[in-house]
Amino acid sequence: MPGREHYLNVSYGVKSWLLTGDHKRIALLYLGTITLFFFLGGAFAVLLRLELVTPAGDLVRAETYNKLFTMHGVIMIFFFLIPSIPAVLGNFLVPLMIGARDLAFPRINLLSWYIFLIGGLFTLGAVVTGGVDTGWTFYTPYSSAYSNTHVMATAIGVFITGFSSILTGLNFIVTIHKMRAPGLTWFRLPLFIWAHYATSLIMILGTPVVTIAILLLGLERAFHIGIFDPALGGDPVLFQHLFWFYSHPAVYIMILPGMGVISEIVTCFSRKRIFGYRFIAFASLAIAVLGFLVWGHHMFVSGQSIYAGMVFSFLSFLVAVPSAVKVFNWMATLYKGSILYQTPMLYAFGFIGLFTIGGLTGLFLATLAVDVHVHDTYFIVAHFHYIMVGGAVMAYLGGIHFWWPKITGRLYPEGWARFSALIVFLGFNLTFFPQFILGYLGMPRRYHAYPEEFQVLNVMSSAGASILGVGYLIPMIYLVWSMRYGPEAGDNPWEATGLEWTTPSPPPTENFPSTPSVEEEPYAYAPPEQEVPVG
Amino acid sequence: MWTNFPLFPERASTIAGGVDALYFFLVAVALFFSTLIFAAIFYFAIKYRRRPGVAARPIEGSLALELVWSLIPLGIVMVMFTWGAGLYFRNSAPPPDAIDIYVVGKQWMWKLQHPEGAREINELHVPVGRPVRLIMTSQDVIHSFYIPAFRIKNDVLPGRYSTVWFEATRAGEYHLFCAEYCGNQHSGMRGRVVAMEPARYEEWLAGGPAGESLAVAGERLFRRLGCTNCHLPGAGSRGPVLVGLYGKPVPLEDGKIVRAEEAYIRESILNPRAKVVAGYPAIMPTFQGQISEEGMVEIIAYIKSLRRGSE
Repeated sequence: MPGREHYLNVSYGVKSWLLTGDHKRIALLYLGTITLFFFLGGAFAVLLRLELVTPAGDLVRAETYNKLFTMHGVIMIFFFLIPSIPAVLGNFLVPLMIGARDLAFPRINLLSWYIFLIGGLFTLGAVVTGGVDTGWTFYTPYSSAYSNTHVMATAIGVFITGFSSILTGLNFIVTIHKMRAPGLTWFRLPLFIWAHYATSLIMILGTPVVTIAILLLGLERAFHIGIFDPALGGDPVLFQHLFWFYSHPAVYIMILPGMGVISEIVTCFSRKRIFGYRFIAFASLAIAVLGFLVWGHHMFVSGQSIYAGMVFSFLSFLVAVPSAVKVFNWMATLYKGSILYQTPMLYAFGFIGLFTIGGLTGLFLATLAVDVHVHDTYFIVAHFHYIMVGGAVMAYLGGIHFWWPKITGRLYPEGWARFSALIVFLGFNLTFFPQFILGYLGMPRRYHAYPEEFQVLNVMSSAGASILGVGYLIPMIYLVWSMRYGPEAGDNPWEATGLEWTTPSPPPTENFPSTPSVEEEPYAYAPPEQEVPVG
Repeated sequence: MWTNFPLFPERASTIAGGVDALYFFLVAVALFFSTLIFAAIFYFAIKYRRRPGVAARPIEGSLALELVWSLIPLGIVMVMFTWGAGLYFRNSAPPPDAIDIYVVGKQWMWKLQHPEGAREINELHVPVGRPVRLIMTSQDVIHSFYIPAFRIKNDVLPGRYSTVWFEATRAGEYHLFCAEYCGNQHSGMRGRVVAMEPARYEEWLAGGPAGESLAVAGERLFRRLGCTNCHLPGAGSRGPVLVGLYGKPVPLEDGKIVRAEEAYIRESILNPRAKVVAGYPAIMPTFQGQISEEGMVEIIAYIKSLRRGSE
């Protein structure tokens, strides 16, 4: 629609982007930033997998390897996964889905991007000037007293970035409470919104704790104030408690928004209402709340009391229930649907499958006697990549494809997109499945060199990683291509429900010409007049 | 390289079988549910693919189904919890007749000391069929002592003792890994555990460099540091007599009772005011910074050797 004014063409120039208050433009600022971080973190992973092709540490030196896995983890977790779905898709969609003109605090939204950027620059500065080698977990006293790499710059980067997360969470909570369109009651909200609400709760309640832990770490490192280092009278395990009190819930910051995306995609491409709406919505909240009570399962072999271990094991198992409920409800949504295999749906299938494996292997780690053996081995590495890459990244890519027409007004090339979704799925499994076997064999994680009998499985994993890398590059290319050459998408190419599809693509700056009102349940895909008697 | 391609770890300790049995149960549950879910997705995706003229049927949900797929998983995970926690609990306490071997981790090596005096680096010789308890500490950062073939692992922390035990069931050589990232040469901080038939183990102990036992070395250190001034019978009543102390309950000034194990003895040497024995003045000076971790191990071995009637 040439000539129509929308958020992309309303103004031009760097200033109009860097000073924007428009949530949609801020979402794109985030999209650009985190994409750079994703490929940087991915490049580190490529080097890690190349090193591990041979048992000897022969490609890079041990200290380089240690820096590579540390920076891979720090960048992927703090600068890609945590902001990925909330700050890009959430930022873009929360106001559109609830019929609002913008988030409640547009300038705070922009501020949160700048804070993110500054934190990112500190971390990148640490990378460029020589890197950091503590592992993304920053365990003390190694990080506070022994490492002679750029721990402070990285810690400051992570510390600053935390505030960006807190502000985004705050913005979402206020927006969802106060700015829903008339008629949009809590139980008419898309499940994407419920998922983001739960995520925001974790962001504002959990992030301050890791921020404080990192501040204490910095104080000890800079001023030798004894908090964690036993040589100064501190307790090294205290750091682990504080760190995991945030960093376990942070896993749910990464996966819950992905679950929200999957609920939108599965309903749209099955042309059906979601099965068990309230159960999925409350499962998100249950995961968010229980997620705060399970941090001790990272410390079963740390010397924590065996009774504490039992309590944390019990609570960790409880998280399995709401997670299973979600998977079963998505499955049931497919039943008697009218299913299309568009790319977002392929990613949704991939998500459900890989999240299922990631979740079920999580049970192994919650099981005390088994965790003792597999803790800190490749079993853990495989498990959390199934959740974070198989789960969160698949959902992110599915979501990017699903809402790409809305964001850019253009369609991506479906054939290429399906092809790359398949490549990602196959490459992912080849990369990470062998690592479960390696882990039970006993190969510890963060090993630069390893005994020879682990080589075959490591070679498989590295081969898979090269396929996975190609799978991620292809969308990068065709999505950029489609922004200029893709066919016009129209307002609602998927014939989806939801307020975001009622406004033009790309949406105007003010989102809706007039405030929409909502009179129906979410996911009204099979309107009553088409209803066939269930027999 | 295909000749050397294991898919399952060796099993060489008394607890390994129990851990593996539980692991196989978990694998079975995981296989069952992932097959169920994958099959359902494939079946639905094909059976209900979009066809012209066939609309989706609106189905809202079902409370009964929600209860079924909440409660069945809940029941299954509770079985896992009970099984795993029970095994963990039983595996946590060493048998009373275990041999004590001391482990000091440092960047980047394992130092192991047998009570008879043999010292090893990155190698641990143990007898088959006898429980071995490891009393472990670190000189610097956190390490983790991991023997995959025994299915045991425990972090090794600076400033405190942690313990883990095993009983080897098969003679052989097994990997010993550091499992907690500890800096530059973390992946080089590995070694081997050599499990030997008891007779051969005795030979090995006897054939090593003729060293004094830990307790003898500890006694010398004990005297050199002047501990005898207050802590031996006849030293007046300045400090509690240590003969027969190990393993006994000790009444403290604040009314609590603590069992005299390695961690307590260590703490009382480094931080004597933390737990003051009832009836004695809190006059002992700290020995922080004056005893190496190995020296501490020797003193503790000496105090453990002071049994009633052994004077």
